[in-house]
Amino acid sequence: MIALIIFGAVFVFALGCSIAMLFAKNAVHTALFLVGSQVALAVAFLLQGAHFVAAVQIIIYAGAIMVLFLFVVMLLGVDRSEVLVEPLPAQRQLALALGALLAAGITYIALTSVDLIGADRTQDLAAINRNPGNVLAVARTLFSRYLLGFEATSVLLVAAIVGVMVLARRVDSVTALGAEAPSSEEREVA
Amino acid sequence: MTEVAPGYYLALAGLMFSIGVIGALVRRNAIVIFMFIELMLNAVNLMFVTFSRIRGSVDGQILVFFVLVVAAAEAVVGLAIILVIVRRRSSANVDDVSLLRW
Repeated sequence: MIALIIFGAVFVFALGCSIAMLFAKNAVHTALFLVGSQVALAVAFLLQGAHFVAAVQIIIYAGAIMVLFLFVVMLLGVDRSEVLVEPLPAQRQLALALGALLAAGITYIALTSVDLIGADRTQDLAAINRNPGNVLAVARTLFSRYLLGFEATSVLLVAAIVGVMVLARRVDSVTALGAEAPSSEEREVA
Repeated sequence: MTEVAPGYYLALAGLMFSIGVIGALVRRNAIVIFMFIELMLNAVNLMFVTFSRIRGSVDGQILVFFVLVVAAAEAVVGLAIILVIVRRRSSANVDDVSLLRW
């Protein structure tokens, strides 16, 4: 019963924050609503016995990644207003209609055919969380069966770091094909 | 504490994913579109955790880690690209970046 109440609160809060993201005019407000929905999802993870993932969700997602987003929003200027002119006719209506169709389809599938997935279940997550513990079970699986994928993510992170360093480098002499001449503000910074 | 049927969690994840799709299609600011992509990744994470509970193994929770790493790398590289674009044309509007469009 308590779980049901908490789930109801999570449901309302997460969906409310997500819908508020759609209507927030300011990019900072959008980021804050996204943080809200991520915290709600962390509670949903906790409810389902994924303790370590819930902690990581708060630390990495709501902490690190969203701070990065807010940093870039602040760097580019908060008062920049969004242009809401649609170059394609009826794109917004079409997006809303197809998005509603997608939501209806996923919800229907989720509520009707979910029992088939757990049909061959041999173990229980609550028992795993009790006996070796959630963190221990995750670590054992990650460093045995998924070791290759784990090492591959380190390569991915190094590639991302190198790519960002190349992108963030300020080269004055580069003039790409079709690029506009640097504005006065840009020249002033350089 | 796990009395709520997994179907409701999957429905919540599906609704959040759909909102992410709508937002990514409707909004025009590149950073905001990025935030909606993060929302979609979050919804998929919820699905992974729910499937992990249905199947009774932690494999789904491992996949959340991989999604997290990819999301972090993607956010860093994407934001750097947006910064470069804004530095060049002083606008984060995706409609302004149409050089390669036919």
